[in-house]
Amino acid sequence: MAWFKKERKPRTSERVKLEIPADAWEKCDECGHIDIKDRFVRALNVCPNCGHHRRISAQEYIDLLVDEGSWHELDTRLRSTDPLRFENYKQRLETAVHKAGPLEAVRTGYGRLDGMPVGVGVMDFNFMGGSMGSVVGEKLARLTRRSAERRTPLIVVSASGGARMQEGVLSLMQMAKTSVEIARLRTARVPFISILTNPTTGGVSASYAMQGDVIVAEPGAVVGFAGPRVIKQTIGQDLPEGFQTAEFLLEHGMVDAVVPRSELRDTTGQLLRHMAGRAPAEAAD
Amino acid sequence: MATHTLDFERPLLELERQIEEMKRVAGETAVDVAKELAPLEKKLAELRAEIYKNLTPMQRVQVARHPKRPYTLDYLSTVFTDFVELHGDRLFRDDPAIVAGWARLDGTSVMVIGHQKGRDTKENLLRNFGMAHPEGYRKALRLMHLAEQFRAPVITLVDTPGAYPGLGAEERGQAEAIARNLVEMATLRTPILTAVIGEGGSGGALAVGLADRVLMLENSVYSVISPEGCAAILWKDASQRERAAEALKITAEDLQELGVIDEIIPEPPGGAHADPEAAAEALGETLQRHVRQLRKIKLDKLLKRREEKYLSMGALTEK
Ligand SMILES: [Zn+2]
Repeated sequence: MAWFKKERKPRTSERVKLEIPADAWEKCDECGHIDIKDRFVRALNVCPNCGHHRRISAQEYIDLLVDEGSWHELDTRLRSTDPLRFENYKQRLETAVHKAGPLEAVRTGYGRLDGMPVGVGVMDFNFMGGSMGSVVGEKLARLTRRSAERRTPLIVVSASGGARMQEGVLSLMQMAKTSVEIARLRTARVPFISILTNPTTGGVSASYAMQGDVIVAEPGAVVGFAGPRVIKQTIGQDLPEGFQTAEFLLEHGMVDAVVPRSELRDTTGQLLRHMAGRAPAEAAD
Repeated sequence: MATHTLDFERPLLELERQIEEMKRVAGETAVDVAKELAPLEKKLAELRAEIYKNLTPMQRVQVARHPKRPYTLDYLSTVFTDFVELHGDRLFRDDPAIVAGWARLDGTSVMVIGHQKGRDTKENLLRNFGMAHPEGYRKALRLMHLAEQFRAPVITLVDTPGAYPGLGAEERGQAEAIARNLVEMATLRTPILTAVIGEGGSGGALAVGLADRVLMLENSVYSVISPEGCAAILWKDASQRERAAEALKITAEDLQELGVIDEIIPEPPGGAHADPEAAAEALGETLQRHVRQLRKIKLDKLLKRREEKYLSMGALTEK
């Protein structure tokens, strides 16, 4: 029997493979595991084999975190004005809009999470590397103000290479602008949960991303002030294995928890219920 | 002297040499050369003024980084009196890249916090070229709270290439340290006055530079990224730094136009390093004037204005 089974098994899977079109297969960049695309999708784009968290879109985070049908997008008409007339910036913006949509490197809005009203900002790395310029700063500042005024908890999912060079020091000042609103949110004692995804560095990590009342990170996400390349250049040697990953930050006391994507929604809801003085999920039903 | 001469200052060298020579001869022979000396010195001053009037942004960067430019500790002995340095973040160590402590400005106690560069290799080893680790920013914040407790104004002097990008800095939370300073400075219940005295290097500058008023010395620069870094990223070529310095809009004039700073403090002809006493005098007078003004504003109003100042920064449209 044993030899017969062994003989049959590869044949079956080969037949399955033949029936599925080639573009339905996907490969994990991390471990090389090949699986049906649908299995990646159902696992929220986490590799079923090694747990590698692939980058997902801002829309996918909104779908993940916000109750179905409750999302309202805010400030959709804010655009940068190219204050420095920086060479090629206008074209780069156009390319970014083409690639990632017109909503800039952060999408903001409000909705519900397990029925609780929440304000949500999700950065989009596909829009110029999630870089923070005037629009990103303003959208997040407005979202934070709204959260403070309406006393609805704030959730921000970060993914960014840092400040946007093409807006010069005005980009840097967005760190100050968002910090001013986060400070007001703190004074109002409205909870703020910061979710760090791959990568979160530079001016974003050095402002609101690291200002959460609770800071959680996705597994494997690179989080730091300086990017790995800059550090490598400065110190003239390779970085230790796992340096600046979410797990490294957890070990060094810089984040509260590393939370897999599959648990992100439940953990966020649980935290918010604690901080907003609500009953646990089971009792609420 | 020649070792610290910037390339664009070279036309001054020959004149300076002639003047030196004349003075030397006069000293040796007791001949009165005042008559011959005066026109040369006048010419030198004019040429220097002319050169400094037309500096390119990258040349300003060179002046801002000039190894003879006055640093925080220099101003602490010229602009301020009665300085007591305070050390340490109470968590890890003292970071010599930032110096801080009580001092008096025109007799009034203030908390001075500033980046400190070194003048030579040995000093720079200690000061890390003015690039702070998290513990530097945490020391700064600790002392800002001390100032707040005793209702003393905080004066920060910015002069850094940036926050240090190294292993220890990342391990100990460079991003967290800067982020915390920003959110706490936003509501610090005492006046904060910042002067950029040399290099305003990105997050490492802003970490002590969120203030009620931000001033810049005429030849200082303030930028989101160094011209070299920008050129390397955008054009894969660090030698394009002139182009990057131009594009990034980093001079005091640019920043005033962008609404990021409140006032430019004029430097003596030839820059602060050519006449440190004159630079100190200008800085001192301006700081005194702003501290006087800030202290007159009621605290709640001051904080409201600080918020509004930063909330208005940026360039966007909403159609
Ligand atoms: Zn994998």
